[in-house]
Amino acid sequence: MSAIKDKDYGTPNSQSDHTINVMIDGRTVTVAEGTSVMRAAAEAGISIPKLCATDCLEAYGSCRLCLVEIDGRKGTPASCTTPATEGMVVSTQSPRLAKLRKGVLELYISDHPLDCLTCAANGDCELQDMAGEVGLREVRYGDDGKTHLDAPTDASNPYFSFDASKCIVCSRCVRACEEVQGTFALTIQGRGFDSKVSAGIGESFLDSECVSCGACVQHCPTATLTEKSVIEHGQGEHTVLTTCAYCGVGCSLKAEMQGETVVRMTPDKNGGANAGHACVKGRFAWGYATHKDRVTKPMVRETTSEPWRETTWDEAIAFAAKRLKDIQARYGVKSIAGITSSRCTNEEVFVVQKMIRAAFGNNNVDTCARVCHAPTGYGLKETFGTSAGTQDFKSVEQADVILLIGANPTDGHPVFGSRMKRRLREGAKLIVADPRQIDLVRSPHIQAQHHLQLRPGTNVSMVNALAHVVLSEGLEDRDFIEQRTDLDAFAAWEAFIREERNSPEALEPITGIPAKELRAAARLYARARNGAIYYGLGVTEHSQGSTMVMGLANLAMATGNVGREGVGVNPLRGQNNVQGSCDMGSFPHEFSGYRHVSDDATRTLFESVWATALDGEPGMRIPNMFDAALSGELKALFVQGEDIAQSDPNTQHVHSALKALDCVVVQDLFLNETAAFAHVFLPGTSFLEKDGTFTNAERRINRVRPAMRPKTGKHEWQVTCELATAMGYAMSYERSSQIMDEIAQLTPTFKGVSFAKLDQLGSIQWPCTDATPAEGTRTMHQDSFVRGKGQFVITEFVATKERASRSYPLLLTTGRILSQYNVGAQTRRTQNTVWHPEDVLEIHAHDAEQRGIQDGDVVSLASRMGATALTATISDRMPQGVVYTTFHHPVTGVNVITTEQADWATDCPEYKVTAVQVSRSNQRADWRRVQSPIVAEVAE
Amino acid sequence: MRAQTIYIPKDAAALSVGADDVAEAIAAEAARRRLSINIVRTGSRGMLWLEPLVEVALPEGRVAYGPVTVQDVPALFDTGFLSAAKHWLSLGFTEEIPYLKNQERLTFARCGVIDPLSEEDYQNHGGFDGLKRALSMTPAEICAEIRESGLRGRGGAGFPTGIKWQTVLDAPAPQKYICCNADEGDSGTFADRMIMEGDPFSLIEGMTIAAIAVGATQGYIYVRSEYPHAIATMRQAITIAERKGWLGDGLHGSDREFRLEVRVGAGAYICGEETSMLESLEGRRGQVRSKPPLPALEGLFGQPTVVNNVLSLTTAPLILAKGAAHYRDFGVGRSRGTQPFQLAGNIKHGGLVEKAFGVTLRELLYDFGGGAASGRPIRAVQTGGPLGAYVPPSQFDTIEDYEAFAAQDALVGHGGIVVFDDRVDMAKQARFALEFCAIESCGKCTPCRIGSQRGVEVMDRIIAGDRRDENLALLEDLCELLTDGSLCAMGGLTPLPVQSALKHFPEDFGRVRPTEKIAS
Repeated sequence: MSAIKDKDYGTPNSQSDHTINVMIDGRTVTVAEGTSVMRAAAEAGISIPKLCATDCLEAYGSCRLCLVEIDGRKGTPASCTTPATEGMVVSTQSPRLAKLRKGVLELYISDHPLDCLTCAANGDCELQDMAGEVGLREVRYGDDGKTHLDAPTDASNPYFSFDASKCIVCSRCVRACEEVQGTFALTIQGRGFDSKVSAGIGESFLDSECVSCGACVQHCPTATLTEKSVIEHGQGEHTVLTTCAYCGVGCSLKAEMQGETVVRMTPDKNGGANAGHACVKGRFAWGYATHKDRVTKPMVRETTSEPWRETTWDEAIAFAAKRLKDIQARYGVKSIAGITSSRCTNEEVFVVQKMIRAAFGNNNVDTCARVCHAPTGYGLKETFGTSAGTQDFKSVEQADVILLIGANPTDGHPVFGSRMKRRLREGAKLIVADPRQIDLVRSPHIQAQHHLQLRPGTNVSMVNALAHVVLSEGLEDRDFIEQRTDLDAFAAWEAFIREERNSPEALEPITGIPAKELRAAARLYARARNGAIYYGLGVTEHSQGSTMVMGLANLAMATGNVGREGVGVNPLRGQNNVQGSCDMGSFPHEFSGYRHVSDDATRTLFESVWATALDGEPGMRIPNMFDAALSGELKALFVQGEDIAQSDPNTQHVHSALKALDCVVVQDLFLNETAAFAHVFLPGTSFLEKDGTFTNAERRINRVRPAMRPKTGKHEWQVTCELATAMGYAMSYERSSQIMDEIAQLTPTFKGVSFAKLDQLGSIQWPCTDATPAEGTRTMHQDSFVRGKGQFVITEFVATKERASRSYPLLLTTGRILSQYNVGAQTRRTQNTVWHPEDVLEIHAHDAEQRGIQDGDVVSLASRMGATALTATISDRMPQGVVYTTFHHPVTGVNVITTEQADWATDCPEYKVTAVQVSRSNQRADWRRVQSPIVAEVAE
Repeated sequence: MRAQTIYIPKDAAALSVGADDVAEAIAAEAARRRLSINIVRTGSRGMLWLEPLVEVALPEGRVAYGPVTVQDVPALFDTGFLSAAKHWLSLGFTEEIPYLKNQERLTFARCGVIDPLSEEDYQNHGGFDGLKRALSMTPAEICAEIRESGLRGRGGAGFPTGIKWQTVLDAPAPQKYICCNADEGDSGTFADRMIMEGDPFSLIEGMTIAAIAVGATQGYIYVRSEYPHAIATMRQAITIAERKGWLGDGLHGSDREFRLEVRVGAGAYICGEETSMLESLEGRRGQVRSKPPLPALEGLFGQPTVVNNVLSLTTAPLILAKGAAHYRDFGVGRSRGTQPFQLAGNIKHGGLVEKAFGVTLRELLYDFGGGAASGRPIRAVQTGGPLGAYVPPSQFDTIEDYEAFAAQDALVGHGGIVVFDDRVDMAKQARFALEFCAIESCGKCTPCRIGSQRGVEVMDRIIAGDRRDENLALLEDLCELLTDGSLCAMGGLTPLPVQSALKHFPEDFGRVRPTEKIAS
């Protein structure tokens, strides 16, 4: 193992198909037209000195180190900004060039501290490299000139510092902030020698608009912007290529290591999902893995009123196995259940569901996708034939109109958000449908053409109205419909959609969207060369979540926006492996690859490989499990890596259910809220310890490689195998790659997947079969839909039962923020808390004024389910009548408020609509006072 | 009796020496004497040492008096200046003043003659003749006409205007722009300001012709904030043009459209560099872009853009009106037509001299300028702005021609000529050139950003006699780096004044003149 340093070609890759030949230093090289001289040289293996150029950023031409001589041209043009042309003859070395380069370096060093030996970038400094390369031996300008050596260091960001005295003003940080991240937080202030990098106008990094994505730090060629971890530890000696464990973007990361200590995390330039970018979570917020709260020893207790007792793995597994078996002996095979985790690897999830089906002997398995994207699975399977997004992320680079519904990518999927913003800056048009004014509606160099500010809970009305405009104005793609879709279904749908009651005008009173605006948006999308739909939980977490997903699929099919690059229906999935956990057979009715348990052929295949009889009846979903626990039907629950006590709706109901169980086994990194109800605690491993694969929102299977040994002494899949074995069903693998081999053997869409191939190719997008390229499938449904003909489904709007009333006149909707992740178990244990120390309630100024609420007041938030208290902030992002908060902090207890309403098809909870009342509160009335003392204890 | 017409400039240069007060005094004096007069405020004739220049209209022509002060007014009336009576301020017929008579006023033909905002005056003096012809031509024909005239960019770079227009015409794009560079920042230059204040419709006409020639529909005039009068005049002229249907949809009854807007700079010299100007127009920090891409292909907002200086654009109507040959017949070699030269600094007769290329510096300095204002010998002139070379008297017979100047390492530039007498310290002037660069550098490229500051420090050591030879060698290296290594002409040309000062005036740097060395 050694540190991986990627070759930098200096300027971005040219996209041209046309090639040209140039001769550089006597070597002829063939490159794509539009390639810079610098990149052409690099491709020929010739390295031209450079400081401001990097292949992640557009050529800038400021450092003037990369000057070359070109036959027939005057002067010494910069090779980064000069495109290579056919027949060009270039010299990269000459006495004249050497003198110029030395002169440039001499100027740089005349304003640079000479503390290389004690500098954090020692060994990783491009300025140092260039001084060596050009052979700088003296600086003749003396030491009495004007310098920036006294410039102050800004250490306000928790993860990196900005030492202005070392800055060479190459603008790579500023350009990275603009081009890669798209935040425009940095600028160059002042002119000439006084030019300096500035966050905002003279603000500190922390106080500025900086979102701490770290792109500036990554692209800084000197020690000016450096990770504090590198300042503390020094440079890594080896690199582990792995995959981020936060959101569904699934960024490829390089963990730079000193032994088993991470000294820095940087995004992999070759990463299929992220192409060299990361966000504040992936790049910086990995400290939780070694947080003091980590539990690394198994623990057991007879009852939840007892304190935990540390024990050995053997005893803990025996304890759990005996309890589970005893319960089954007493209450029947179906009295126990398990929940798999979208945070775990495909291999870990696969063995857990295998344990449940084979060792528990029932199908009582479900996963946290139940509470997020289960409607996606259902809706896209019904219409297209498979439970996955249609595109890869790169596809957005070809989109001309983006319809963004119920998703907030700049917070929830930041790296993809940046990619989308880049496309929008290139001129793609944007339609945002969201009750809240998310950043993408208007932010630097981004302006949505239409913001459809709909009332929460009226998605289906909106999508029907959009489709109505398409059909009634003749904007549909008849060729696509006739060739690719089921015409009977289309005819029925068309008749339904064309009804006047689905017109924007008729639905305006329901959605609150001005009909004119909606019509304009529909036309924009329908007329786009490439129209792409991206959506998030604002679509799925509704009582009509599945209906809405089908509505979007209808719209895409009607306009011919499926089956090629730049279009599609794209769920932005929440968790790192939520796609994978669903693929792996985590649902009670499906084996891996979305095959129903009642399908005899499939079941027989599994029975033969697993050498045991399997149940052909679907098991319980998570909400059924809670109900069954309360009714006494379910007695034990195995929960891996999901904090259902905090994340699931209607907290009091969940807590009562958990309390009613005889045995709860929790596997997690931390003693989470659910562990308060547990009898067995099995310590889990962080992604830095895992060895396996995650599958992201674009069906991309990425390797997760261990940077360190499991702090618990065991991989989670080993623990699962031991528990299953102890229950009487023998499961064992020597290494996790064997689990993937079994997945590939049992799952047609994974047929071509193996660790060996992943290591070779970097990543694979399923379906990966004999019929697909080795890398799998970038774009789904290209020639025909997976189900054959696309299926239009009638999407009748049915209003949620959750409505604003006199007592609860406002609608609460929930979401996430950039710096925190879901229930915050990880991010709250990092310095990301500086950006979001608490959940706040965003409220419109008018609603606040009516209630006498001032910005910063503590308010009570009550629904018919319960009440909690939190700080209010008056926000112009909110429309009147709607309030918003996040659910990152357990102390907020937002899910105390949320209701039992759920998607009709999948039981996905309706987190996005809760009727509430907000009132001033004198104190932070802790909702837990009404709860059992155990819960309160854990929360502290 | 018909009211007697009196012309008094309202050009900023005239205003700065009391033209408004003089106009007011003349009006008051006329009223007091119950004389009916009609005062017309014009641009300047460009004879700045004579401002405020008061002209009285006679059937045979205008008769000039100047410089007129408020105190002179009653005496002028007493003398009977309204009937062109002799007075000690009399200058005779304006057109017969040698300074003016010996010029070839093509671009500035109307400047100082007409009321700048009078649409009748403009049209009565040949206004829109060029545009009317252009409207009957194809875009390619217009570009060809400009190309054949030999017109080169008057901003300083001297790039053939017709070729630039043709490039923009040939670039397919949904939107194209015409951007007029009126960020006239060169020391000693004022021609852009004068014509914008004195003949604003000519710029509107020129930009409209450019727009029709390349297929642009939107134009911007980027004026430096230091030119409030020019800004106000241009804005009023645009308003009038819009009202008259000379701008907007279907201009002049054609099927063409062109809209025009004035944008004001924020005080950065570098925004006179075309790519920085485009950045500034886009609302960004004024910073140089690397080329390629050329603005003609990817300019304002990434679209094909004509960026021309005011003088290039105000010359286009004349070329179209009188034909390419008419213009081409002036000038020498590859420098065709006329250049409005601007005499400034230590010069007796400062002002604007529009003259065909081929005139020598000596003619400009002595025949027009009358030598140094101090009466002392002229020791050096700086041509082409602060980045231009210092020219010694031995080269005063060089003709004004882009190539001839380039052969002497000097610049015609925007036609600025700044004069110094024999008291000038050329080491300090060299230092000033580097300091100017240090102050005005956009800060993007290393040679200009750090090098200019280091240059000032090195010059200080040279002036102080600190290790002079070492520092002079270092200065030579730095100049070479600035010339070959800078991103734009700002850093690239800064060595010109420095090296020319060193070359022609070595004694000011503590060096011995090579010739004297041989003699000794």
